[in-house]
Amino acid sequence: MSYLSAFLVGGIICAIGQILIDKTKLTSARILVVYVVSGVILAAFGVYQKIIDIGGAGATIPLTGFGFNLAKGIFNEVDRIGILGIFTGGFKAASAGLSAAVFFGYIMAALGKPKAKK
Amino acid sequence: MAEKHIGKQTVALKNPPTIKATASIVGPKEGRGELKQCFDLIIPDELWGESSWEKAESKLVREAFAKLLQNAKLSNDKIDFILAGDLLNQCIAASYGLRETNVPFLGLYGACSTMAESMSIGSMLIDGGFADNVVCLTSSHFCSAERQFRFPLELGSQRTPTAQWTVTGSGAVALASQGTGPYIRNITVGKINDLGITDINNMGAAMAPAAADTILTHFADTGLVPEYYDLIVTGDLGKIGKKLCLDILRMNGLNIEANYNDCGVMIFNLNEQDTHAGGSGCGCSAAVFAGHIYKEMMKGNLKRVLFIATGALMSPVSLQQKESIPGIAHAVSIHRSLD
Repeated sequence: MSYLSAFLVGGIICAIGQILIDKTKLTSARILVVYVVSGVILAAFGVYQKIIDIGGAGATIPLTGFGFNLAKGIFNEVDRIGILGIFTGGFKAASAGLSAAVFFGYIMAALGKPKAKK
Repeated sequence: MAEKHIGKQTVALKNPPTIKATASIVGPKEGRGELKQCFDLIIPDELWGESSWEKAESKLVREAFAKLLQNAKLSNDKIDFILAGDLLNQCIAASYGLRETNVPFLGLYGACSTMAESMSIGSMLIDGGFADNVVCLTSSHFCSAERQFRFPLELGSQRTPTAQWTVTGSGAVALASQGTGPYIRNITVGKINDLGITDINNMGAAMAPAAADTILTHFADTGLVPEYYDLIVTGDLGKIGKKLCLDILRMNGLNIEANYNDCGVMIFNLNEQDTHAGGSGCGCSAAVFAGHIYKEMMKGNLKRVLFIATGALMSPVSLQQKESIPGIAHAVSIHRSLD
């Protein structure tokens, strides 16, 4: 059951992105930013936690989950060390993801060779 | 009053130059398209043995030039001018591709209208008695154009439904003062048209008003009718821009549907090749003209052709600053014989 709900929630989030590409003039880069910011806002209002409760990794893997992670990190850090947490919490929470993205991005860029789409 | 200038924007050449030969090289995807039979060379992959897309595009230019000289049976020292351009910053595909030619070079930027622009200026140079042999050449490359204007391929981003596919290819035309045709007889130089389109993924719509304006002006200036031509062909409006161009012309009382087509629609199989709205880029109209249209004229299947290459004159910076996309189109009237 949790597989199905993860598939559905993740699928819906990605389908919204496809609709934005097809029906609006937003570039893919802007859609990514919109997703991160939406994740932050939904997290701040406590909505995204509910989506994660239903969809699990289907909600944490897409970019909205990254936004959620940033917001949650800030909340936690503000509770722990106070107002300075606004500036440190987001990066602390996302540090593993960001470092991994840089690391694996570099490895793939070194190994891979770009090609034109068929 | 200039004696060779007729109407508002048209030049009637007194000593019409001959198109002595053409050459075309295209990429693998174009080589699987509708016109695959007609190109001189289809490269096996987009890098073509080079280390970057930009170097590969320069190689397209270099090899198209070499092929053209071979087809025209000319040597470098017989060429008075090369008029060439492409889509990359500072037109590096042309300048790097041609740096070893040792021929006087004039770089042009008319975006995807560059083929018609170079043929226009080349014809006027010959008609004016300034040259006997002029080479007109353009190129574009899907991968270098994506990096220049949209996103680098490495990002793997999704394409929108209205997006066009930049043609990987180069087309070259040798114009000569002496020869037996096809002849370039009239040239209508286009004005910049900007109706406020800001979507980089819908360039056909940005260029269609310019194409329609140049076509209307051409017929008004020359007094000709659309039926006079066997083919009226725009450069790279794609299927969206093609329809829009026909609509604008119809609103202005001109129906050219019977013998109208667009190089961006002709070059790919739009249903099977997933190119969305069709082909674009300098190389699109250049390769279709050099590979297909010229050969059809030589076979006698086309006697009179109006070739209108269309360009979108934005830059990545102007787009980031939310400027709209100005369009341009130049028309070249080509006749198999001088009758």
